[in-house]
Amino acid sequence: MNSIEIKNIYKSYKDAKALENISFEVKKGEIFGLIGPDGAGKTTLFRILTTLLLKDSGSASVEGFDVEKDYKAIRNIIGYMPGRFSLYQDLTVEENLKFFATIFDTSIEDNYELIKDIYVQIEPFRKRKAGQLSGGMKQKLALCCALIHQPKVLFLDEPTTGVDPVSRHEFWEMLKKLKDKGITIMVSTPYMDEASLCDRIALIQSGRIMRIDTLDNIVSAFPGNLYAVKSGNMIALNFDLKDFSGISSSYIFGEYIHISLKKDNDENMIMEFLKMKGHSDIEISKLQPGIEDCFMELMNNPENR
Amino acid sequence: MKKFTGFFIKECLHLIRDYRTMMILIGMPVIQIILFGFAIRNELNSVNIGILDKSKDEITTELTSKILSSEYFILKEYFTDERQIDTSFKKGHIKEVIIFESGFAEKLKKEGRAEVQIITDASEPNMANLALSYTTSIIQNYSMTLSKGKDQPLIISPEIKMLYNEELKSVFMFVPGIMATLLMLISAMMTSITITKEKEFGTMEVLLASPLKPYQIIFGKVAPYLLLSLVNLALILWISTSVFGMPVRGSYLLLIAECSLFITTALSLGILISTVTSSMQVAMMISLVGLMMPTVLLSGFIFPIENMPWPLQWISHILPAKWFVIIIKNIMLKGTGFSYVYKETAVLVLMTVFLLGLSIKKFKTRL
Repeated sequence: MNSIEIKNIYKSYKDAKALENISFEVKKGEIFGLIGPDGAGKTTLFRILTTLLLKDSGSASVEGFDVEKDYKAIRNIIGYMPGRFSLYQDLTVEENLKFFATIFDTSIEDNYELIKDIYVQIEPFRKRKAGQLSGGMKQKLALCCALIHQPKVLFLDEPTTGVDPVSRHEFWEMLKKLKDKGITIMVSTPYMDEASLCDRIALIQSGRIMRIDTLDNIVSAFPGNLYAVKSGNMIALNFDLKDFSGISSSYIFGEYIHISLKKDNDENMIMEFLKMKGHSDIEISKLQPGIEDCFMELMNNPENR
Repeated sequence: MKKFTGFFIKECLHLIRDYRTMMILIGMPVIQIILFGFAIRNELNSVNIGILDKSKDEITTELTSKILSSEYFILKEYFTDERQIDTSFKKGHIKEVIIFESGFAEKLKKEGRAEVQIITDASEPNMANLALSYTTSIIQNYSMTLSKGKDQPLIISPEIKMLYNEELKSVFMFVPGIMATLLMLISAMMTSITITKEKEFGTMEVLLASPLKPYQIIFGKVAPYLLLSLVNLALILWISTSVFGMPVRGSYLLLIAECSLFITTALSLGILISTVTSSMQVAMMISLVGLMMPTVLLSGFIFPIENMPWPLQWISHILPAKWFVIIIKNIMLKGTGFSYVYKETAVLVLMTVFLLGLSIKKFKTRL
């Protein structure tokens, strides 16, 4: 049974295409990650699913409700956390929570069970104004507010952006617990490392979905062999590698350049090519591709341009 | 209802937390009404006058010195000929002239009545009216002391002449005008700002994705400002009656009901503004320039509507403030009941229903 179904969605703003032919399903009780850089169309997609924006064409449903016809029904069963901190900064933690409880016709007490684990962490600050909380605390409060009415589906738009690593980790731990309670979670993030925490991920770029699968499947489908290369002159190295015809993609990755080789090429050929170009201190080592490598590979793939 | 209460409480908290704005909202009407009040109705002192005494007997001399010793008037010119008066007025040397008829004391003794003519420059209507009333009360006081112990009262009857603006229109106009301006400003501007604030801070996104209906959001937002405006109204009324002696001759209940109606009109205008813009600054500019300016200039509060060219007169008809000012003047100054203002009230009710309906319809359920 699918919680979210999206078919051939198109959306464009005045002068720019935001989403092009997006289709995928999210299963019930799944953590689904939407991973892509800023401006990829993540927020637009979220807003369409949370009934805040109208799509140009295609169809989408949440828990069987059409996002346009049945938008009122959807608004009762979803929890939404926008990318920007969207609580009342001049209200205290407790007042914010109480307010969101009342607008969903419920109370903190009735739903305490669901938010307990998260709320205990911010409870010491319940008299503090939301605007004075740290980034991580704000996100926890926002999550509490989005959960206060026991939604069936949770939409989290970049919940961990601008949050420190420890809080990010804690946040994902919470999401796992919510998943165990049967809530479907759709989450977007620009951080590739968070992909491993999702059940399935969609890689999105320029309004198009490049791949949807589990992380393992995406990584194991990486074409060719991946190597990390380093030499004494990194600037020249970057240029020279682009001239080598056996490389399908190369990009700077920290202090190394990652290259993926086409079939029938191996590291010795690179080593010789680089020596011929006059490089010294050359290091080449084979790599297990990560999600970033997959993303770069897909991005450079002409199919996805 | 529970949702509305929740929203209402939240909105009140916003108001209380932002205590600076709160102080401005309560302080501004007080300061404005005092400033306007004193600027328009300044206390009378040192008004230059002229005197033409055709009689020059003991009574006119005594009366003249009574008037001049009152510290309100300064004798600028002592005329000997009526023809001098006009030029002196035109040059602006004097604001008032007192003319005693010839044989003043004799007439008073024989006939029991004598005439004094008071001419004022009514191009400054407030000042003219004040000078006039001060002069006549001095004269009346004097005639009363003269009459003491006499069987027949001695009457000095003032004959009044206003030059340049005979109807003397703008006295006590300022309180209804300021009431209209302030209520309009606070109600319309504050509601438009509070709604656009939700848009700017992104909280509208969460509200829209919730089951709240547009009317719940709108009424929840507006209700606290209705209360605040009523507090302001009470302040304005209190200051204008106690400090400026503005009368409330009609019923207070009707007055407050009409004011609440006008506040509602202004609030719905504010909501309408907030539906067409999503930035607080734009909302504020629209409220200030689009509402405040026409209200001040075209509602008949500073400039009489009858003197305006017809396009401006036409615009003034669609200003709620114009109708409100008429209603308030009727209730406060003339002491009339509802039957005299039902037409104006009906106009305001219609405007309010129209604006409120339009803004609920225009209120977007999506981003």
